[in-house]
Amino acid sequence: MSMINYASREINCKIVYYGPGLGGKTTNLEHVYGKVTPDTRGKLISLATETERTLFFDFLPVDLGSIRGFKTRFHLYTVPGQVYYNASRKLILKGVDGIVFVGDSQLERMEANQEAMQNLYDNMAEYGYDLTKMPFVIQYNKRDLPNAAPVKDLQAAMNPGWEVTDPAKQRVTPDPYHAGENLVEQVDGAWVERAQYFEAVAVTGEGVFDTLKAVSKLVLKALA
Amino acid sequence: MPVGSASWSFTEDDFGAITQSLQRFLHDSNARCALLVDRTGQLVATVGEQPKFDPTTFATLTAADFSANDQLAKLIGENDFNSLFHQGEKESMYLADVARRVILVVLFDNRTTLGLVRLKMKEVVVELAKLFEEVFSRGGTGSGKPGLLSGADDEIDKLFQ
Repeated sequence: MSMINYASREINCKIVYYGPGLGGKTTNLEHVYGKVTPDTRGKLISLATETERTLFFDFLPVDLGSIRGFKTRFHLYTVPGQVYYNASRKLILKGVDGIVFVGDSQLERMEANQEAMQNLYDNMAEYGYDLTKMPFVIQYNKRDLPNAAPVKDLQAAMNPGWEVTDPAKQRVTPDPYHAGENLVEQVDGAWVERAQYFEAVAVTGEGVFDTLKAVSKLVLKALA
Repeated sequence: MPVGSASWSFTEDDFGAITQSLQRFLHDSNARCALLVDRTGQLVATVGEQPKFDPTTFATLTAADFSANDQLAKLIGENDFNSLFHQGEKESMYLADVARRVILVVLFDNRTTLGLVRLKMKEVVVELAKLFEEVFSRGGTGSGKPGLLSGADDEIDKLFQ
């Protein structure tokens, strides 16, 4: 739920990084924290256990520039990935404007990825949000690992697409980030839309800002 | 409300009215500082002594605190806890729900008492609830203006080049 403050001339939006445990959600935030200039970001808050597993959330506020004289402030949150922490994970989704799903590319984490994706859909539905109608991008993290699954397989598992019923949206829409691929296209006679996806190696920062920029842009466009 | 279009906004007039209410409350209760935070953790206003801590962080943790306690309330069979009190040795804070969308946080020390703060807070919460219900009923565009970002697609694209 974005908030426009005409008194302080700010637009505030909330972005949540979701995904399976140990997938790299916190690492994404840590990279952003390390790279943006200190005057455009706040403190990185981590409510974590002694073993550095996220207990409640991590939080980082960043300014991404001004539009029409209004500062755009994005509040980035991660959720705890472990299945056990669903109650606190759900709380963080309240009022979310955009979602980044951080998937773990490793073959053996495929089931955990799918479980987390299902959990995201379920938790969103409980708030009455429809993930297919809001800013939502997927990041395939850990692309550098030898046991990383091919992107094609990850797409099939986590981003198979949803049916487009609105006739106005039933037209081929190219993926601006992957030449030759489409976000909306006809598959076996039915119109299907997929979420934008990005490949990343969060520990080195590869793909981290591409993901953040894409989701922020979608969030601002949803307001426009 | 659908996400994306579910934004809300408040104008300088709203801000003036909110500030006035809170200033009166601070004067009557002798509390140090009042902060308004929306349920998603965004800071709406700060009135009184400017806090020495980072208010953005404070706002986020406040909303999380309130949400967690809401769930605890449900577990024991209550709908919610509409106020919370955290007592420190010197500084204490009192949090109260306003119109189910905003949280009023009041910081106070031993220059006043919990009883007085609680009493005066009840009054200001009713006042603020009225103000905010008006703000929320107006939606995200603010005083009938067209959407702030309508037609700003090019500018948004430029921001991310």
